Amino acid sequence: MPFLRILFVRLLTTAITLAGVAVIVFFVIRVVPGNPIAMMLPPGATEEDIARLSALYGLDKPMITQFGIWIAGVMQGDFGTSITTRQPVLNLVLGRLPATLELSIMALVMAMILGGAAALTGTRFRGGRTEGAIDVANGMALSVPDFLWGLVLILLFGVLMPVFHISGRVTPSLDLPFTTNFYLFESLIRLRFDLWADLVAHMFMPALALAIPLAAIIGQLLKQSLKETMNLDYVTLARTKGYGETRVILREALRNAALPTLTLVGVQFTFLIGGTVIIERLFSYEGLGNMAIDAVINRDLPLIQGIVILFAVIFTGVNLIVDLLYTVLNPRLRHG
Amino acid sequence: MSFLSIRNLSVRLKKGQPLLRRVSLDVSAGEVRGLVGESGAGKSMIGKAVLGILPPSIEVTEGEILLDGVDLLRLPPALRRKRIGALAALIPQDPLTALNPSHRIGPQITDRLVDILGWTRANADARARELLSEVQIPDPDRVLRSYPHELSGGMRQRILIASAFAAEPKLIVADEPTTALDVTVQKQILKLIAGMQTRHGTALLFVTHDLGVVSKVCQKLSVLYAGMVVEDTSVADFFAAPRHAYSAALLAATPKYTDPAAGLQPVPEAVIAAVQAEVAAFDRRAAHG
Ligand SMILES: Nc1ncnc2c1ncn2[C@@H]1O[C@H](COP(=O)(O)OP(=O)(O)OP(=O)(O)O)[C@@H](O)[C@H]1O
Ligand SMILES: [Mg+2]
Repeated sequence: MPFLRILFVRLLTTAITLAGVAVIVFFVIRVVPGNPIAMMLPPGATEEDIARLSALYGLDKPMITQFGIWIAGVMQGDFGTSITTRQPVLNLVLGRLPATLELSIMALVMAMILGGAAALTGTRFRGGRTEGAIDVANGMALSVPDFLWGLVLILLFGVLMPVFHISGRVTPSLDLPFTTNFYLFESLIRLRFDLWADLVAHMFMPALALAIPLAAIIGQLLKQSLKETMNLDYVTLARTKGYGETRVILREALRNAALPTLTLVGVQFTFLIGGTVIIERLFSYEGLGNMAIDAVINRDLPLIQGIVILFAVIFTGVNLIVDLLYTVLNPRLRHG
Repeated sequence: MSFLSIRNLSVRLKKGQPLLRRVSLDVSAGEVRGLVGESGAGKSMIGKAVLGILPPSIEVTEGEILLDGVDLLRLPPALRRKRIGALAALIPQDPLTALNPSHRIGPQITDRLVDILGWTRANADARARELLSEVQIPDPDRVLRSYPHELSGGMRQRILIASAFAAEPKLIVADEPTTALDVTVQKQILKLIAGMQTRHGTALLFVTHDLGVVSKVCQKLSVLYAGMVVEDTSVADFFAAPRHAYSAALLAATPKYTDPAAGLQPVPEAVIAAVQAEVAAFDRRAAHG
């Protein structure tokens, strides 16, 4: 059963990766200058005040001891208390996670639709002007990073033609009936399409900014792969059966061509999630990334640790899903 | 009236070198025509032109391909595809690459029936099962549910043969259908194709390197050199007395028919020079209009 074996190996490597991340983040943020306690207290606080507060948060102990205490807590699901907000890190982080997940998945869907459409159109009209135009557009999309796309979009659809909201996750005056923080998802479940539309209008630009570079990568890779697949024998055989070009692309080539693209999309999707940190800041979107920047500015050590660990969990989780998806989509691996 | 009639077909690399030089050949209903010639002579190119799958880098410069009386080259692309799909089929060379790895076998046999010819799925499935028994595949139901990688090369070639006969085409192009297979399997597959062809009365354009195969399954033969038909004859006449020097050399080069003890003889240089001169003369005439 390769499926179970892959799952087991991946879970093991995931555990090792996460342990490594925990060690690195813990010590790195303590080596970097900046004392969280000093930043909390008003100017003119005495050394004594600082020492007392430090002791309260356990920051006076040797680093190794601090690490031991923290890890022991993490093992039991206790990620400590945020220094700035005095709330449990786990609650804060899990409270923001849905916003970032929804944004990332929306961006991924947009990237797949845009990139897929570009690849299919380019393949359908390969060798002509249309393909050339798509290649140029892809190149442009790739040569500009996501946050600059964010600025461009703000100028276009926030300032010139203000059709989308440029900041926040939802209009603050709205009454939200939600029980979870997966607003977008829940608004659909509750059939509250008014709220859904408001959420999308907020999410559209940050998601698109994140999606554009990934769409270009998907477009290029998938088109390349489709064009190669279109020359294979089984595609030629399908042509002799009477299928038209579009049918042949969709029916014979797409699935096989998508497989090699898929793994890379997985890796690129983790970059996209990394991109949310700056994009969320740019659009004042209340997600994990925005919280991460605040945490770093305030030197909120437990919160930084929690966020970084969570990001690491997401990254490895995405890679795991991609690997499993690959085995599911590829019949040769499933039965091998 | 021949079912397939190719008239003066010339094909070249776009703005480049000619690949087929005024090729003419006929295949009557139910007849088997062999197509022989050395590697690169253009045998597959003829098959591709008939089936409408010439690569985009290649263009037809003159000629007609009449399939059941209608010139395929004059039809708009969509109609041409439909006509080819309904009347003709291909048995490809390499069974390992000619089946789609991510579709099950069943749909790969029935797709044309359902999507192009409008059969019901139930009828198409019944037809697929019947065809698999006809090509002597045990346990057809299991095979129809399998993916290509789960089956052997010989098995896959049987499936491709079944699939080619699925819509009862009037013409099948078989492009070296056994060269990619094990020697032991080659004979069985050849027998299978010949048997199916006879039973269904299908016209067959059979591309091969092997004159032994020609003597067993073909009635007519075209010998090709550099995209030029140098001899168009009945198989009986060919083996009795080939008319063209190149054909004669080809026959002599196949040791089984002259001296089984001898190794493979190269075609003599003088013969090559003569036939190349013919090709050059043809190109000169073509250049002067
Ligand atoms: N896609 C292509 N683009 C350009 N030239 C091609 C292409 N396919 C074939 N040719 C050329 O066309 C000529 C005829 O090729 P073809 O495949 O018909 O030969 P063949 O007689 O089938 O040979 P073989 O016995 O090796 O299969 C060769 O010179 C070959 O190089
Ligand atoms: Mg060939």
